[in-house]
Amino acid sequence: MVDSPGHREGAHPTAATYIKVAFTLAALTAIEFAVFYLDMPNPVLITVFLLLSLVKFALVILFYMHLKFDSRLFSGVFIGGLVLAVAVSVALMAIFQARWTNNRSCAHPHSACDGR
Amino acid sequence: MVEQTTTGLNHRKMLMWLFLGSDCLFFGSFIATYLIYRGESLVGPFPEDVFSIPVTTVSTFVLLMSSMSMVLAYSAINRGNMRAFRVWLLSTCLLGATFLGFQTFEFYEFANHEKTVECQPGSQVPECVAGANEYKEDYGLTPQTNLFGTTFFTLTGFHGAHVTVGVIWLLSITGYSFIGGRKAQRVLTDKQALSVDLAALYWHFVDIVWIVIFAVVYLIGVGVT
Repeated sequence: MVDSPGHREGAHPTAATYIKVAFTLAALTAIEFAVFYLDMPNPVLITVFLLLSLVKFALVILFYMHLKFDSRLFSGVFIGGLVLAVAVSVALMAIFQARWTNNRSCAHPHSACDGR
Repeated sequence: MVEQTTTGLNHRKMLMWLFLGSDCLFFGSFIATYLIYRGESLVGPFPEDVFSIPVTTVSTFVLLMSSMSMVLAYSAINRGNMRAFRVWLLSTCLLGATFLGFQTFEFYEFANHEKTVECQPGSQVPECVAGANEYKEDYGLTPQTNLFGTTFFTLTGFHGAHVTVGVIWLLSITGYSFIGGRKAQRVLTDKQALSVDLAALYWHFVDIVWIVIFAVVYLIGVGVT
């Protein structure tokens, strides 16, 4: 058998823990639903929705997908892909935003774009 | 369990994690595309016209509960309890199929959406000519309707396809557990129930993708103006 430094596999949680996590996930979804109907400023709404979904996301990958108990290498492989996905998404949105802002300002009759 | 590999980890499980990491890029690109074109549709319907947040909240709840039943199935097979394993796995399939039912209902409703239009004086619309004050007009959403339809159906359609693959995968494991006899018990419990673990990882991944879609596409999509 080969010993692995990144290996930290311990006993997986009990069924009771899985059910507690499920209740938490259901409660967080109910909070999301309630917040949706509250009259709040857009930045607050976006922050609350993103935070709640982040907590739900973390609960599933840590407990249900066992990343909390499995090898750190698995976490690295998955989180690496996730970080890359977020970076690509942000870059794409920034590129399109910049391009559209430029196009709209050039469409203005007094713009200095010279037909660009 | 420590494997006799260079990493000390099972290669099949590593491959599954690599696949899930790459699938993050797949869905990340679709979500980014949806956000890029958000608010850019020139004609309706728009998200606030067709989305029903209560219905989608229920379908989200169903998918979250399917993740719980999946992890309980995994826990049962690890304890060698085949009966509980089958019950929880079948429950997962049923909940997954229910989620797909919700999605089919939602797509059908979107495609057949109608809006109420008030009759204007001199209107030649048959309902108005007949004396009605208002009439129903087709206001359906399909992938060809506008940018919202294209990006929304592509994103949620691919997610639905992932769920469908997951349901077929889990059903095949359930069937094998019934017809495989003692060999099935041995195969399914081998290496800390690795075969079930891989299917479970895929299933939970489908769940976390939906958690993001629900927040970004539905809640922020309609709630943030």
